[in-house]
Amino acid sequence: MPSEDLVADHVLEFPGGYTRTTGPVIGRFLTELRDGRILGVRTQEGRVLVPPLEYDPGTGDPVTGEWVEVGPSGTLAAWSWVHEPRPQHPLDRPFAWALIKLDGADTCLVHAVDAGDPKTLRPGTRVRPRWSAERTGSITDIACFVPEVTRIVSPVRVPYKIRAGASLSRFLEGIRAGTFLGSRCTTCDKVYVPYRSSCPECGNAISGEVTLPDTGTVTTFAINNLPDPRAPQVPFVSAYILIDGADVPMIALLGDVPAHEVRQGMRVRAVWVPEEERTAGMGNIKWFAPTGEQDVEL
Amino acid sequence: MRDVAIVAFAQTRHTATDSGLSEPELMLPVLEEIRSQTGMRRFGFTCSGSCDYLAGAPFSFVSALDAVGAWPPIAESHVEMDGAWALYEAWVRLQHGDVDTALVYGFGKSSLGDLRSIMTLQLDPYYLYPLGLDQLSYAALQASALGASRADLDAVARRSREAGATNPHALELPAEPGDPVVDPLLAWDIAPITDGAAAVVLAAGDAIADLAARPAYITGIAHRIDPHYLGMRDLARSASAADAARAAGVGKGHVDVAELHACFSHEELILREALGLPDSTLVNPSGGALCANPVMATGLIRIGEAARRVMDGTASRAVGHAASGPCLQHNLVTVLEG
Repeated sequence: MPSEDLVADHVLEFPGGYTRTTGPVIGRFLTELRDGRILGVRTQEGRVLVPPLEYDPGTGDPVTGEWVEVGPSGTLAAWSWVHEPRPQHPLDRPFAWALIKLDGADTCLVHAVDAGDPKTLRPGTRVRPRWSAERTGSITDIACFVPEVTRIVSPVRVPYKIRAGASLSRFLEGIRAGTFLGSRCTTCDKVYVPYRSSCPECGNAISGEVTLPDTGTVTTFAINNLPDPRAPQVPFVSAYILIDGADVPMIALLGDVPAHEVRQGMRVRAVWVPEEERTAGMGNIKWFAPTGEQDVEL
Repeated sequence: MRDVAIVAFAQTRHTATDSGLSEPELMLPVLEEIRSQTGMRRFGFTCSGSCDYLAGAPFSFVSALDAVGAWPPIAESHVEMDGAWALYEAWVRLQHGDVDTALVYGFGKSSLGDLRSIMTLQLDPYYLYPLGLDQLSYAALQASALGASRADLDAVARRSREAGATNPHALELPAEPGDPVVDPLLAWDIAPITDGAAAVVLAAGDAIADLAARPAYITGIAHRIDPHYLGMRDLARSASAADAARAAGVGKGHVDVAELHACFSHEELILREALGLPDSTLVNPSGGALCANPVMATGLIRIGEAARRVMDGTASRAVGHAASGPCLQHNLVTVLEG
């Protein structure tokens, strides 16, 4: 062996490319493609081959002279997903290679599908060609296929101004001061938090205001895996918390604890934003966090 | 039909990168091993399989003859295919009856270029080649058409990697799935880039007993082909592999061992089905192409590995399979018996 590797670059190339005759069948197909039409040819058995061949690949018999316009739409039979396109690929972003059964054809065409996201593809997904800007009589006159339009996005945005109302305003004033205000129905002997001016059980007006601590117990909870602008991270936990001294739980975020460690009966305390940042809004409470006390039997 | 048997088999310790050997340098140790196994230096017929596109040079296969020694002139032929088809040609040649021995070899260095794109060159020039459809993409398309579960694919890949770890000729590969490459294929579903070579000696008639104590008789051999265009056949199965297996008589007895030329996990599933192999058949105990894929020798190695197990007595009936073309288009099946 030589003491060092002798390595050289080598390129195999046929400058200008090979010239290939198409024959009458492939030539007709490519000519029609140049004009923006996809044609198949009928075999003696009556099947429509797309792309057309001069012979039936099943029997070897010559095909008939009957041409059939197919597509341009078709359905996906199978596809693979390319994460990193190669230089010679028809698209420079992730895409699918697919077997596409064009409407009216009995065979599948192989081509690229510009789908954006592989999750949008299903067997039977409808696709349609995206034609190249300049067509020359090549299979690449179809730049690629794209999914048919099956849905549109309707944005909705309507602005309002809402007032908190008397009860909620009172409650939020409490929140600004760092306290939970509730109300006691003397008829039902129940304490509600947030503060309210009527009892949802008996309908009586409530006048008794009570100040409750910022500690409570988790009665039930949900682990959320979809992002939400109000939550710090995914997954996040939203829980029903029975504030100490209240008879009905209120819903709040849980934090400072891994989602899988949250349990019913867990003792929690509100985590307040610093005093100078407080407003009359629930944003004052970042979330509830475990106190570390013994769980409570519910 | 004249009795023909495999009496010798040798292969390189395959490499994942270019070891710096030229093709004749790669072949020479394999041929030396064949010479030592058989005690022969000249054969009635010589046939090789290789692909010039791997080296990017026309008639590159001719130089490999420097390792064979072609003077005084030998009767020699070449197929631009896997060496398994060179073996088929040699088997046909031995049926003529005038020569009794044949040397068959195949070799390839996939490391020299971009194999995935070189394989695009085998596609039809009108409908597929202009799209730039590469080997991994069309293989993944077939895996998708088959719709095999990830668990089934993993089982093939894991078993192959574990078997390959015990094969000194195979590459050292991690026994883990790796990253997604082209969905649905993961890294371990894909045969690795490999350089390597292999050779087999066939004997006919009285020469069989002279050359091997336990020859592996070729009791069936056939190859069949499917339509080329991927949209004109059912990619979920291989009709041509099933036809070749039927013609070779695979189903006439129990198959102890099958070496299948599956370059992707899903191809093994398709081939087992096509060949009608029961669960009791040991598939790819060498690790198969998923553990070493010296293109143009891989199929010949499958036949050699199957024959080796008949010759060493671990199998009484074995099948060697070779494939060619995109998505298992062309299949060759051999039945080997002790």
